[in-house]
Amino acid sequence: MLRYVVRRLLLLVPILLGVSVLVFFWIRLLPGSPAESLLGERATPELVAAYRERYGLDEPIYEQYAKYLRSITDFDFGVSVATHRQVTDEIKDRFPATVELAVAAMLFATLIGIPLGFVAAKKYGSFIDHASLFVSLIGISIPIFFLAIILKYVFAVRLGWLPSVGRIDVTIEAEHPTNFYVLDAIITRDWATLWDVIKHLILPAIALGSIPLAILARITRASVLDVQNEDYVRTARAKGLAPMTVDRRHVLRNAMLPISTILGLQVGLLLSGAVLTETVFAWPGMGSWLRDAIFNRDYPVLQGGILFLAFVFVMVNLIVDISYAFINPRIRYS
Amino acid sequence: MSVAEAEAREIQFDAPSGLWHEAFHRLIRNPSAIIGFVLVLVFFTAAVFAPRLATDDPLKTDLLAIADGCCPGPSSEHWLGVDLLGRDVFSRLLYGARYSLLIGVVSVFIGLSIGLVIGAAAGYIGGIVDSVLMRAMDVMLAIPGLLFAIAIVAALQPGLWQIMVAVGIVNIPIFARLLRSSVLAQRENDFVLAARAVGVRKHTILASHILPNAVSVLIVQATLAMATAIIDVAGLAFLGLGNPDPSTPEWGAMLTDVNEYLQAAPFLAVVPGLAIVLSVLGFNMIGDGLREALDPKLRGRA
Repeated sequence: MLRYVVRRLLLLVPILLGVSVLVFFWIRLLPGSPAESLLGERATPELVAAYRERYGLDEPIYEQYAKYLRSITDFDFGVSVATHRQVTDEIKDRFPATVELAVAAMLFATLIGIPLGFVAAKKYGSFIDHASLFVSLIGISIPIFFLAIILKYVFAVRLGWLPSVGRIDVTIEAEHPTNFYVLDAIITRDWATLWDVIKHLILPAIALGSIPLAILARITRASVLDVQNEDYVRTARAKGLAPMTVDRRHVLRNAMLPISTILGLQVGLLLSGAVLTETVFAWPGMGSWLRDAIFNRDYPVLQGGILFLAFVFVMVNLIVDISYAFINPRIRYS
Repeated sequence: MSVAEAEAREIQFDAPSGLWHEAFHRLIRNPSAIIGFVLVLVFFTAAVFAPRLATDDPLKTDLLAIADGCCPGPSSEHWLGVDLLGRDVFSRLLYGARYSLLIGVVSVFIGLSIGLVIGAAAGYIGGIVDSVLMRAMDVMLAIPGLLFAIAIVAALQPGLWQIMVAVGIVNIPIFARLLRSSVLAQRENDFVLAARAVGVRKHTILASHILPNAVSVLIVQATLAMATAIIDVAGLAFLGLGNPDPSTPEWGAMLTDVNEYLQAAPFLAVVPGLAIVLSVLGFNMIGDGLREALDPKLRGRA
């Protein structure tokens, strides 16, 4: 097991280096010189000169890359052109908001998607089966931002049941020790705030969770259908186990294997979808931040944000793969 | 007719008639694929005949039409109403189909053609070439798709062509991996070994024995990629990375303006949104149908 983990960690190095090379050259592709584009249009000549000096922009390209690599391993992504704050500090503020949204979306997707797929497979060919196929087809065909706009219109604007923008009501003054608002409210035992925070989470989480829900329902259905016809399931039934026990101990447990492998890939979709969902709901996370960065030509923010999210994506996939190897011994030894 | 003759005829009827022929028959018996074809056909017709079908100029603003507030719904003059600037929504929708079709085709073509070359090279040459190419693909896949596309557009400057290129590039590793695994699977087949044994040259084997067998997988993926390309490009346009001229009748951009005026005119969001959903649904349904029809495991079962 340890060997597997080490091997996977080593495989990570070239990928992260590759991403850094990609981003390094991307900065050099941007309109204007790197110093100008990273400092913004209003930078003074002195500032540009100081920047060139600091990052060695007059030195050969490999030296520049070495300096660049050193700065990003120190989590130094520079200063935001728009807010003049350290990009790293902004990430600290905004990343928890996106994580909270993504977790809520994933919770929604798994709690509905997996049971839906399971029931569909058990009732193969029935109305429920067709309904689940239809739901998952719509789920992958509807653009997230369109679903978000519709949800916002119906439940926030029209019915007024749920708030339409933001993470928390502006009039609430709550403490935020961790910046994960749900967690903060629980820690401080502030139940009114907790309720408000959850209300803000519902619509964006449904919008963002729609695609993973559709994919999970599909995969679960296919996977349960596969497993159901295995010999060991027939044996379990033949020896007289209760149908519920067979489903729980034999069908679902084995069907979960392919499902768990695709969970990590969903994180990429969630991070991509967050840009759109956060834009519609004015959610103060990484997504809306990056969107604003495009318009402000805030290249340090784009650079830091994309590098950071790619890192998160790769790490989550690594964790998923390693825990998968824990569940499924066949992977470890292959 | 003797019994033997009758039997022979029966066998002839049952004889497998080739992958494509059989797949076609399975496809036209799949109701969901048929619905997909109808949706895509409507979409193609709208795109191709937009200038003939449109009832108005998609760019013409008519401030008189919104004189009584925004925005009057469907009428005999404007079938789907007018937008915030009094432009005819029905006509904009038809012209929007042109953009979506163009976008889908161009970005899938970019992803498919480059991915094909990379995947074929990696799978067939193998060794160091394979490792280097596939690690490069892993790097591209490590950046979440839409963020990657955003970064590319930021470097190229916003614009419709730029987002097509961006979505195409994001698609490259998907096609490359698909083709590589398909080539690897074919390479071990007896017919490839036979061709090698009689001295057929490497690239001839690749072109005439291996690639044709990968075509079905690629067609399925390309159809599904059309669907995601339309969604992704609409998403990028929605974020404001599309055509710098905001009057362009592109479906994603049509939704951007509406986000601010939801209360006054929800209808304006529903129309382009539904157009995106229906065309994407069409491609997804065809893609699923094709996958089932071309799956060799299912051959002869339907």
